[in-house]
Amino acid sequence: MQATSNAFRANARVGLANPTLQSALGKMKVGFPTKRAEAVAKLPEFDALRDQARDIKNHVLENIDWYLERFEQRVTEAGGHVHWARTPEEAREIVLGICRRLGARTVTKGKSMIAEEIGLNAHLEKHAIEPVETDLGEYIIQLRNEAPSHIIAPAVHLTKDAIEADFRRAHSHLDARRDLTEPQSLVAEARGILRKRYFEADVGITGANFLVAETGSSVIVTNEGNGDLTQLLPKAHVVLASLEKIVPTLEDASTILRVLARSATGQEMSVYTTFSTGPKRAADLDGPGEYHVVLLDNGRSALLGTEFQEILRCIRCGACMNHCPVYGAVGGHAYGWVYPGPMGAVLTPSLIGVENARPLPNASTFCGKCESVCPMRIPLPKMMRHYRAREWERKLGTRVSRLALGAWAWAARRPALYRFVAARAMSALGWLGRRHGSFFNLPLASGWTATREFPAPQGRTFQDLWRERRRAGGGS
Amino acid sequence: MSGARDAILGGIRRSLGRGALDAARVATLEARLDGHPRGQLPARAQGLDRAGLLDLLERQAKAVACSVARVRSAAEVPGELARYLKSQNLPSRVEMSPDPTLDAVPWSAAPMLEIARGKPSGEEGVGVTSACAAVAETATLVIASGERSPATMNFLPDTHVVVLPASRVVGPLEDAWDRLRAASAAPMAAATMPRTVNLVTGPSRTGDIEQKIEMGAHGPRRLHLIVVEDDALA
Amino acid sequence: MSETQTRARPRVGLFATCLVDLFRPSVGFAAAKLIEDSGCDVEVPEGQTCCGQPAFNSGDNADAAALARRAIAMLEGYDYVVVPSGSCGGMIREHYPELLAGDREWAPRARHVAARTWELTAFLHEVRGLRIEGVRHDGVVTYHDSCSGLRELGVKAQPRALLAGVAGATLKELPGAETCCGFGGTFCVKYPEVSDKMVAEKAADILATGAGTLLAGDMGCLMNMAGKLKRMAMEEGARPIEVRHVAEVLAGMAQDAPPIGEAG
Repeated sequence: MQATSNAFRANARVGLANPTLQSALGKMKVGFPTKRAEAVAKLPEFDALRDQARDIKNHVLENIDWYLERFEQRVTEAGGHVHWARTPEEAREIVLGICRRLGARTVTKGKSMIAEEIGLNAHLEKHAIEPVETDLGEYIIQLRNEAPSHIIAPAVHLTKDAIEADFRRAHSHLDARRDLTEPQSLVAEARGILRKRYFEADVGITGANFLVAETGSSVIVTNEGNGDLTQLLPKAHVVLASLEKIVPTLEDASTILRVLARSATGQEMSVYTTFSTGPKRAADLDGPGEYHVVLLDNGRSALLGTEFQEILRCIRCGACMNHCPVYGAVGGHAYGWVYPGPMGAVLTPSLIGVENARPLPNASTFCGKCESVCPMRIPLPKMMRHYRAREWERKLGTRVSRLALGAWAWAARRPALYRFVAARAMSALGWLGRRHGSFFNLPLASGWTATREFPAPQGRTFQDLWRERRRAGGGS
Repeated sequence: MSGARDAILGGIRRSLGRGALDAARVATLEARLDGHPRGQLPARAQGLDRAGLLDLLERQAKAVACSVARVRSAAEVPGELARYLKSQNLPSRVEMSPDPTLDAVPWSAAPMLEIARGKPSGEEGVGVTSACAAVAETATLVIASGERSPATMNFLPDTHVVVLPASRVVGPLEDAWDRLRAASAAPMAAATMPRTVNLVTGPSRTGDIEQKIEMGAHGPRRLHLIVVEDDALA
Repeated sequence: MSETQTRARPRVGLFATCLVDLFRPSVGFAAAKLIEDSGCDVEVPEGQTCCGQPAFNSGDNADAAALARRAIAMLEGYDYVVVPSGSCGGMIREHYPELLAGDREWAPRARHVAARTWELTAFLHEVRGLRIEGVRHDGVVTYHDSCSGLRELGVKAQPRALLAGVAGATLKELPGAETCCGFGGTFCVKYPEVSDKMVAEKAADILATGAGTLLAGDMGCLMNMAGKLKRMAMEEGARPIEVRHVAEVLAGMAQDAPPIGEAG
């Protein structure tokens, strides 16, 4: 998927001005955090589980080569195939190869961020294979030819009215007078249309929330059941997973599952958590005849051993973006690539290079809310700061900001000069602002004063006044 | 393809500043897989007797819109199924997986039930299955695919009814994994793991439209659990 | 009991912070009074400039480290370092050790200062057990929890406990008290439209409480929120709200200076 992350500021302005998005974000900002808080309140062990989940993933990352090999061995024993892809191109070719060999014409898809990352849909379409998104949110944005704006709720940026309009436009074969006022009617309509596609599909492609080394299983987590119909009915089940999805055992998966749904939607368990292992067994009554796991690297192995390794603990729950005030102001599309919000601000530069995503680590106040809700205890602000340091070293910031910050730091190391300049500047500003108490307009701070008053200083510095009062006898 | 495999594994090792793991380290990792240690289990799912487990299961099921009926013996199952279908205004025609657990139920006791055993036809009617276990902690049904257990029966019907002996109700999810391991002939390697293990917690739903929960997205919109309390139907 | 605690009156180095020093000295005086009331001797180390957070958060680790060393050298002789700001306090307490971790000489000195550094309300309440008495501020007040103070230093209950001692003041909790106000240092300069959206929502929440006074413990947040509230009063007829640093009210010095953004 092409990144427009460098245009974050312009994208953000578009998002701020979009009333549909703002209405949708308003609901999201209340809904998700409330549900998570309720779920956490009901599980006293939640914080201890976060620690254990973090420790499991840290353990895996230290030994990930061995665990991947063990996973591959088990998948093969079960009659499945593991394919290794260094790049999005290699991954696309592997999937295309499987589809072609099976003469696939249509392919159903469960939600997969890796599929977005490698640009799979466009590639399949270019080769006359039709991908059909089955997750309702993904289906909706597929109709709109849009990218997902959230990693678990891809259509969160849309209102019900917007979705109704899309359905009417796209499902033109249905009676135009039908009543779609209730959201349930939209769900039923999508269900009816997609049901047929499940049976027509030649190949079913899903992502994976986890890969279990012990058993060679892939795990998907859905509420709809779409990922299951996607994998059970066609000739082949193809799983797209990045390397760091691996966990050692079924028990480890269970520990992390306990924090995943609660962090994402406030549910204790998602409706359908499915462990898939290999193709159908000889005597099975149903199931796919082939099972393929495509393991994608795309920069993850290079993050190991660096100050960014911890982003590889991410389990894609979305809690960070649900709670992020910046995401909640501008929406997911502003981030310009597959992964939005705080985790996107770290993962995007990690995978596509910080020079292609310069604004993302900067578009944060470091309020720390993301880290406080992350089930895997990922220190997101710290890693964003590391990217800011990389940008500083590589001089990727604007000249003006580098000059201003450099000048401030330079002066701050020279207290006599600092005190001299500060006293003069604050005296002047204080005098200028004395009548109103604030500035309606302040050159050099026009971004601020466009919509806010800038409070005037009191006119003297604290240190000067303190020194004076001390000399006059007595402290305060 | 071995080019990519070697490159990726090599890249991982280079990043971690080491070669492939030595035998001692491998032995530790093997031991951890064999021992599959559990993490912290929620207190509410532990130390419960049969009655406690069933109560917890019912409470949790209610929270996820899964209805529960308790019957004393297999003989009462057909009547309960008929009653449930009537209460939901559903026809008394059901598709039923060929699960041996369901063989032991005297279905003829409810002659109004029309039962088709086998794979689901794809029609969106009523599907009846059993389950390997029910996890009381979260009211999660553990259903494994197999030669008598089509996984599609959990998804294609519009209404899903699960008949479960009470002895298969466990506290935490980890107990269900141990049951699956015990049921397979060999250690839980891929060859003995069922193709599909579905953990089902309530009926299908979506929140994709303005975060309002709507039922019946793709899977069943109703889930009904019939728990059989005597142990004859183990 | 360490030797510092057996001395009768601890020596506190007040690190005023650049925003207090440059924009609102009243906060510095209020902080000094409160620290003295709590039984300590207050000194304002000479030549304070900046804790280095703007450089640190911009990725300029070299300048940040230089400023950190300066600050450490200036502060390491005190029993406590008290800061009327969660973000500068957090910088010293949480980030100085991190920033200088690789420096053989300065790492232990950073840790020494960090261990003794406290945000003002946390110091008064937790360390000194100060009871606010004989102070009055009539009306409904609401409180914004600044992010660094809240999440880096655990400042939440302390200002509220202290405010409970202020006669006549009724605290009405701000819904979303823990939501970022949109200041974020350089963030409000780099992404002013996003920052404005965040502070507009914060202002709406503040107005909806019906409070007459907004308090917080960080000048950056306060200037941001005061600026927005005042502009809304000017252009949209929104109710005017008095914005102050919590130290001013706790010290009973609110009448000594106009609120933030208001003329005398």
